[in-house]
Amino acid sequence: MMDVTLPPRLKRIGNKLNGPNTLGNSRAFWAAFAVGMIVMAAYPLVRGSYAAGQFSLFLAYGLLALSLSLIWGYTGILSFGQVAFFGIAGYTYAIVSLNLGGAFGQTVALPVAIAAATLSAFVLGYFMFYGGVQDVYVAILTLVVTLVLETFMAQTAGSEWSIGTVALGGFNGIPGIRNFALGVEGASISLSGSGFYWFVLGVLLLAYLGARVLVNSKYGYALVAIREDAERTAMLGYNVKRVKLAVFTLSGALAGFGGVLYATWGNYMDPSVFSLVFATIPIVWVTLGGRESLLGAIVGTMIIERLRLWFSVNASEFAIVFVGVILMTTVLLVPRGILPGIKDGYVFFSEHGIREGIEHGRVTIQTRIQAWLGSLGIGQSDTETPPSSEVVRE
Amino acid sequence: MSTPQDPNVREQPAVAATGTSREAILSTKGLTKKFGGLTAVDSVDFTVDEGEIRCLIGPNGAGKSTLLELITGQLSPTDGDVYFDGIDLSDLEPHERMDAGISVKFQSPHIYESLTVEQNLRVPLNRTDRDIDVVLERTLDRIALAEKADEPASDLSHGEKQRLEIGMAVTLDPTFMILDEPVAGMSVDETDDIAELIRSLHDDGMTFLVVEHDMEFVRKISEQVTVLNQGSVLTQGPIEAIEADEEVRRIYLGENA
Repeated sequence: MMDVTLPPRLKRIGNKLNGPNTLGNSRAFWAAFAVGMIVMAAYPLVRGSYAAGQFSLFLAYGLLALSLSLIWGYTGILSFGQVAFFGIAGYTYAIVSLNLGGAFGQTVALPVAIAAATLSAFVLGYFMFYGGVQDVYVAILTLVVTLVLETFMAQTAGSEWSIGTVALGGFNGIPGIRNFALGVEGASISLSGSGFYWFVLGVLLLAYLGARVLVNSKYGYALVAIREDAERTAMLGYNVKRVKLAVFTLSGALAGFGGVLYATWGNYMDPSVFSLVFATIPIVWVTLGGRESLLGAIVGTMIIERLRLWFSVNASEFAIVFVGVILMTTVLLVPRGILPGIKDGYVFFSEHGIREGIEHGRVTIQTRIQAWLGSLGIGQSDTETPPSSEVVRE
Repeated sequence: MSTPQDPNVREQPAVAATGTSREAILSTKGLTKKFGGLTAVDSVDFTVDEGEIRCLIGPNGAGKSTLLELITGQLSPTDGDVYFDGIDLSDLEPHERMDAGISVKFQSPHIYESLTVEQNLRVPLNRTDRDIDVVLERTLDRIALAEKADEPASDLSHGEKQRLEIGMAVTLDPTFMILDEPVAGMSVDETDDIAELIRSLHDDGMTFLVVEHDMEFVRKISEQVTVLNQGSVLTQGPIEAIEADEEVRRIYLGENA
């Protein structure tokens, strides 16, 4: 597995980066990952600063997807609330940075905004998990909280809804948020275009590697254990409520960072970040890419958002319909998502050779399509009746 | 994390050890659980001594599982208390009770199907400060699954899953082990393996509370048997006396008096 010639220190870090809770751990994976990163890093040089600036939104969304993968894919808690923390951080950043003004104000606003998202996640998580809210009720409650925020923010159009000098602006939102900047007056950097792209790419890379170390640590085992069987895990001495709260809070912070980047990318915040469509779309990204894969969540985000952009330019009224079709097709053909599907395929091909691999893939896809059509009551006469499954008892 | 030296320590009530000089490790005092109008556990005073293997039998609906869940903390009692090792467990969460030295194997196998056998054992071990690799190897040998360490737990047979779950509970190094129907659905050979495993853990000083329907199995492992009926302790004693008891035969063993 790990190269024996590596010095012990590097080896320890490497051991945490790789493990049973991440899909890609081989040299081939890391080689492909490195190539992918080089391509991503070179993107602004090839496509120019404007295109890079546009694409950096998807990278910021990647943080949101990563947060959902941790809480849903790894811990088994379906949350529609990640966009709520994303939006709270974006609004907080807008309010704080515009009130304080200047690069210093923006520098202060960054940690304050992330702290606001983290605290919101902690408070909501505390009441849910310590209040005994479980399973589908977490999904419902987080969705309700998100939609309540949308309704609330949408009615803040009046001048009485101002914090300091910043009017919340109702549906029109808060305009005039400056580009991402750090530093103090006279010694600051402001990021836009390619610079912003590279910065967001760096943040996403660090967040991804950090999440890999987390899920492959002892703590990651606890997350997976809670996903698989929360009761068993409690009966092995784990404080399940506390672990859930911790990972929910952490994922709120991640989503919050994404929200700050979103606010500085578009230079405005409006209540649409709390809308039903936006609350749902991270579920689509993560399902498409593979929710038990951190990288899959990010890749799914890139694919869906790139397609959504294309559709919104060329056939805007159908964008969400196409996204739905893509999601259904993916779930039908590779139920665990794209990256786990690629991994399964890679393993099968390398074990059985190309010819058998292709045949296996053909049969698998055919079976899944037939099962799906069968469940809809279509084409049953064409397919052979499968033998009725027998219940095997000991 | 709470330690056995917990601030919640209350004075333990004087509960007489049943006919031995051993100390009571677990006792319940007036333990009652009502579900609406149904009283599942009815004012039970029940004691298990340190170092014994106690079997709990009774017909379906007698309250056996409810009693276990009141001990583990999965259910909160309507009334009464549970004392363990001198500690009042009433205000402790389930995971804190496990830290106090209790461990449990559920009725149906609760293992992590998507993880390998070894990873299943690592989940409880990760929390402890024990030498993980040493305990892991010893536990795998003990539950006779060393050769399947890297296999997904979903591929195990029913009996192997039961053994794995006992192994997971054992890695916590408990003083008190609760087994809910450990041999249900097992072959005779598998049942013998479990009996041997329990006896070997017992030799190491572990106390057992076992709910089981299989009287053959109860005879193999048990010293004292408690019979529960309609939420109350009907009788208690050595297995021979229990099997000879006419009322037990009538309500539980299915024979006419």
